[in-house]
Amino acid sequence: MLSKVAERLYWIARHLERVENTARLVSVYDSLLFDLPGEFDISWYNLVTLNSAEKLFESRYKNHDERNVVKFLLADDTNPSSMLSALKMVRENVRTTRDVLPQESWEMVNELSIYATKNIQQGINRSARHEFLTNIIKGCQQINGLLTGTMCRDASWQFLRLGRNLERADMTTRLLDAGAAAQLEGEVETDMHISQVVWGNVLRSSSAELSYRRTMRSAVHEKDVAEFLLEDPDFPRSFRFCIDSMINGIKNLPNNAAAKKALHTMLEVEFELDSDKRLGFEFREYLNQQQVNLGNLHQVFNQTWFAMLKRGTE
Amino acid sequence: MSIDWNQYDPNNFFDELIGENGEARVSAERLVEHLASLDEGELEARRQMAEATIHEMGVSFTVYTEEGNIDRAWPFDIIPRTISKQQWEKTAAGLKQRLKALNMFIGDLYDKQQIIKDGIIPEHIIRDSKNFRPECIGMKPAHGVWAHICGTDLVRDSDGEFYVLEDNLRVPSGVAYMLENRSITKRVLPELFEKEGIMPIGDYPSRLFDTLVSISPRRIKRPEIVVMTPGIFNSAYFEHAYLAQQMGTELVEGSDLVVGDDDCVYMRTIAGLERVDVIYRRIDDMFLDPEVFEKESVLGVPGLMRAWRAGNVALANAPGAGVADDKVVYAYVPDIIRYYLKEEPLIKNVKTYLCDDPEHRQYVIDHIAELVVKPANESGGYGMLIGPHSTKKEQAHFIKLIKADPRNYVAQPTLALSTSPTLVGKGVVEPRHLDLRPFILQGKNSYVTTGGLTRVAMKKGSLVVNSSQGGGSKDTWIVNGGIADAI
Repeated sequence: MLSKVAERLYWIARHLERVENTARLVSVYDSLLFDLPGEFDISWYNLVTLNSAEKLFESRYKNHDERNVVKFLLADDTNPSSMLSALKMVRENVRTTRDVLPQESWEMVNELSIYATKNIQQGINRSARHEFLTNIIKGCQQINGLLTGTMCRDASWQFLRLGRNLERADMTTRLLDAGAAAQLEGEVETDMHISQVVWGNVLRSSSAELSYRRTMRSAVHEKDVAEFLLEDPDFPRSFRFCIDSMINGIKNLPNNAAAKKALHTMLEVEFELDSDKRLGFEFREYLNQQQVNLGNLHQVFNQTWFAMLKRGTE
Repeated sequence: MSIDWNQYDPNNFFDELIGENGEARVSAERLVEHLASLDEGELEARRQMAEATIHEMGVSFTVYTEEGNIDRAWPFDIIPRTISKQQWEKTAAGLKQRLKALNMFIGDLYDKQQIIKDGIIPEHIIRDSKNFRPECIGMKPAHGVWAHICGTDLVRDSDGEFYVLEDNLRVPSGVAYMLENRSITKRVLPELFEKEGIMPIGDYPSRLFDTLVSISPRRIKRPEIVVMTPGIFNSAYFEHAYLAQQMGTELVEGSDLVVGDDDCVYMRTIAGLERVDVIYRRIDDMFLDPEVFEKESVLGVPGLMRAWRAGNVALANAPGAGVADDKVVYAYVPDIIRYYLKEEPLIKNVKTYLCDDPEHRQYVIDHIAELVVKPANESGGYGMLIGPHSTKKEQAHFIKLIKADPRNYVAQPTLALSTSPTLVGKGVVEPRHLDLRPFILQGKNSYVTTGGLTRVAMKKGSLVVNSSQGGGSKDTWIVNGGIADAI
């Protein structure tokens, strides 16, 4: 398989995951607003912080209000991580890998792009936002379903898998980090009610609410949530599950030694969740370390399989 | 209200579907009857279905404009054009004959140049040709074939006969659109495919694959075949990707390939470098290899010509094959066929005036208002003058161009291009001019597509069918038997 094709497949999966995650996040915040009594000031701007996009946001907008944040996250083409930008990248990459993907994938991606571009205003205005975002999430799942149901589990599939799981693992650490940050802010008042809202929100953002209840059999509690999202071996968005998936994914790829090592390193870094201390700075430090590890992992993938370095005849 | 065929008047042009007596031609009887059974709303619904299909399938081509490159949906007319199988077989034989002779001609030019020594073709025509590549002298590609894939443009004049308008031996495009037009039509007019003897066209990708395998330098079971594209910004990128997918081969860009110290071509894969045997290249000669041609080209592969000359990789089409699709050489093709094959050409050429010849030049200047003037080496319908549709000022400008560089211009009578019924509004059908581009393959064996890509000038009265200039296309049906066999 061509290095370039492998790279494009990897990015298709990453960007597609990003489209779905973004739609999901905005959707969760949207419904959260209806649940909270007025005195809670949940800020839409958290979503910008979550994506480490403060600098870019500040250069474009003055007000941190809902409209600007949602516009920035969904529609802004100067934001390379916005939903439309990511979708555009999916489309461009599918367009240039049509020869290795199922024929219908191009049609589906095309349909989804057309739908998203045409109806983007519905996402920005509050009234039809829910329906719009639901359709986007459905579209992503339709594409993933097609790929899962029809693709050979050859190298092409494995690169899609690597991209999807790396992006997912990254998002999970970000959501947990956002939870910990909100918790720290809230601790000033040590209001347990905030903790419930904050961590419930983290679960919902990862579509983990029901699985969490069934697995952990407990009410929403910060450490249980962190444990579930970090370590559950069966939940497909848990950090552990994503790393395991990537370990399986590289099994049959050529020259996989460096990637294997990088992945196992990440499993070895553990965070002690049993202590009595609440999740605080140390937890954030741990998450930060795993995000750096994910960045390094991407570099390893890049150097092993994608880099267009001029190699002599081997 | 359905189509009123009594209102349909192709004037004095030959019409593909409707005969001189106003009745449908034998190959089009079922089609015309079926169309007449659809009312205005039904026709419009079918047209919209085609449009939506094209949109969803993402069939597009890129147009270069000042504002940048725009991806346009492929313009398509739902009413197919039909040709009887009998007539097509004759034409296909003529196309194979033509390509065979052209390949012998190219081989001769890069070898002994016997045809020049024998005085059939003047020497200066080769010497001045922009597409003659001295780098290719002495090469002997497999099976003596230089042009493996050829797209030949055919037109029908008012006498109903096919004429060759030009041969495209460099990187002809359009075959993917031919195949997609058929898939669209199957969705839009499914009823007709049940009963009508419409010949299938879908075997082109596997025939192309076989042709490419047959020229592999390594005689191994699974030679590595790749399609090489200049990239996503090329107007035919859709087709490059389509063909690679249909053949199950890699689609590569220049940056994916590297020539090793052993003068072999390798592609960069996730497992390291892998040897490549055959490159179906869709980039022009001049961009193939910066070591030999355009130094600044980033599209090509340094050392590619070295690898080709060493016989370690096959290029389709071979570099230098374009020398025979010069519009001046075109004028000599009938003589070329007679010279190499000792046969009479089965398909005629259009009368061509070479501005290089003083007598011809004078004729062209005197009759410029009636002629079509073309530069010898342009494609895509650019830089052309259509005499009857031109202003005095444009004519004067072309006379100046011709005088400055006579070798670079040829002229032909303005043909009365045939027409075919085309949907131009809700339930409104009018005649529009069209041509036909069949694709001919030659490797170990030869093959001609069943029909080809029909391009249609969507503007009333226009003769320009190029998609880059507002042309559209239609499905092309080679119909076996008429109504008698069909029902």
